[in-house]
Amino acid sequence: MDFLTYFVNGLSLGSIYAIIALGYTMVYGIAKMLNFAHGDVLMIGSYITFVFMSQMGINPIISVLLAAICCTFIGVIIERIAYKPLRGANSLAVLITAIGVSYFLQNIALLIFGANTKSFKSIVTIPPLKLFGGQLIISSESIVTITLCIVIMLALTTFINKTKMGQAMLAVSEDRSASTLMGINVNGTIAMTFAIGSFLAAFAGVLLCSAYPTLTPTTGAMPGIKAFVAAVIGGIGSIPGAFIGGLILGVLENLSKAYISAQLSDAIVFSVLIIMLLVKPSGILGKSNIEKV
Amino acid sequence: MALLDVKKMNVYYGMIHAVKDISFTVDEGDIVTLIGANGAGKTTILQTLTGIVPLKTGKVKYDGKDISHHLNHKLVYSGIAHVPEGRRIFAKLSVLQNLKLGAFTRNSKDEIDESLENVYKKFPILKERSKQLAGTLSGGEQQMLAVGRALMSKPKLLFLDEPSMGLSPIYVNTIFDIIEEVHKEGVSILLVEQNAKKVLSIASKAYVLETGKIVKEGNPKELLNDPVIKSSYLGE
Repeated sequence: MDFLTYFVNGLSLGSIYAIIALGYTMVYGIAKMLNFAHGDVLMIGSYITFVFMSQMGINPIISVLLAAICCTFIGVIIERIAYKPLRGANSLAVLITAIGVSYFLQNIALLIFGANTKSFKSIVTIPPLKLFGGQLIISSESIVTITLCIVIMLALTTFINKTKMGQAMLAVSEDRSASTLMGINVNGTIAMTFAIGSFLAAFAGVLLCSAYPTLTPTTGAMPGIKAFVAAVIGGIGSIPGAFIGGLILGVLENLSKAYISAQLSDAIVFSVLIIMLLVKPSGILGKSNIEKV
Repeated sequence: MALLDVKKMNVYYGMIHAVKDISFTVDEGDIVTLIGANGAGKTTILQTLTGIVPLKTGKVKYDGKDISHHLNHKLVYSGIAHVPEGRRIFAKLSVLQNLKLGAFTRNSKDEIDESLENVYKKFPILKERSKQLAGTLSGGEQQMLAVGRALMSKPKLLFLDEPSMGLSPIYVNTIFDIIEEVHKEGVSILLVEQNAKKVLSIASKAYVLETGKIVKEGNPKELLNDPVIKSSYLGE
């Protein structure tokens, strides 16, 4: 029963990684860049929720939605100011800029909210689920997180496959100039991708802080990097890959904390990345390019 | 009045002056061809017109409007479609998805379905393969998909960049038959080709390019008999 508890907690943590990883993987797929500031957008989203909910007393759900809207704008503004001027620049320049944006956001948070840890009140109010006569307790946060992750995955997949904007994203991810020739606004599509990723990051942040209720300016850094690892393991650029990678990583982290060593769990997670890169660099669902005839 | 009127176009790749003071026109109902060797600037001209490469100086008028500062994705909305060099189909998407993306600028589902039927009639093979990933098609089929995709936007003016490149002679004939068919349906065409003999036989006006400059222009039938053209481009 202990194992099941660890496993479910792992799925819950993994769902958060998966939601963050979606932002990484979509931006990578479409804009061909690693947005290392993604984790920090999540942190900003958590602070905004915290301010609305705990300091202004607004309803938790509305607070989260407001935070998600703010994050959407922040994501688009970051893209417009920091990344768009570098379109066509070499990828190292873009990467360094992304790291710069990451530090910028952390320090903005430090300046506004201070270095003190804020204790984040969980937004989830439903009761936990007790199974097997109380032997297996699934926390209410886990229920909400896992459910939301599945809903987001389904919604996003439908959006990509069924809408024109989604098809435009697929087209831009494959060939920017050919997309222009279809009449697709490439810059608009990239901005849209940042908007979706940042919108989701706000939810991930709130879920993360509901499960682990300490909020500091560096709250987003480690989960951000782990979500990046999840995206790479799943196959960067692939949406189902982000989902699978996130879940694997979350379960692995929790199980190694429980059975191997709490201190070593991060090391184990990152060694999985190294092994993955050695064995199958394109990730679980990553496709190598189709041979052109 | 010319449908497309290009005046003194200049394009640079960094320090390289790739297109030098090029002027040409495409009248409504024309098949205009730009011929020339590799590196003459033919592809660059088309890419500039559809906004892939920036225009340095010069004036482009389309349908009477100055569009020099609006060479971008919005041109597709005003009826210009471009079949690019190397086909540039979306290899990881299905044939049908590719065709639907061709109709990205249109909204009426009925009209899009009608165009789809029309494309399938021209290229029956695309209907057979509609579920297949475009990357698995043969070169000739990919070229047909590229042309079909461009037709899905219901263009008034079609740019074709080397539609016969790398194709077997049978496919070359099919493609040129289709080009003539599309032209008969009222689409004006600007065609870039190395297969000079073939294009000169269907074009209504031709321009010969050499290292970014137009060195000759005129009636294709006359150019076919021009001794210089014969020796340089027709291999005779």
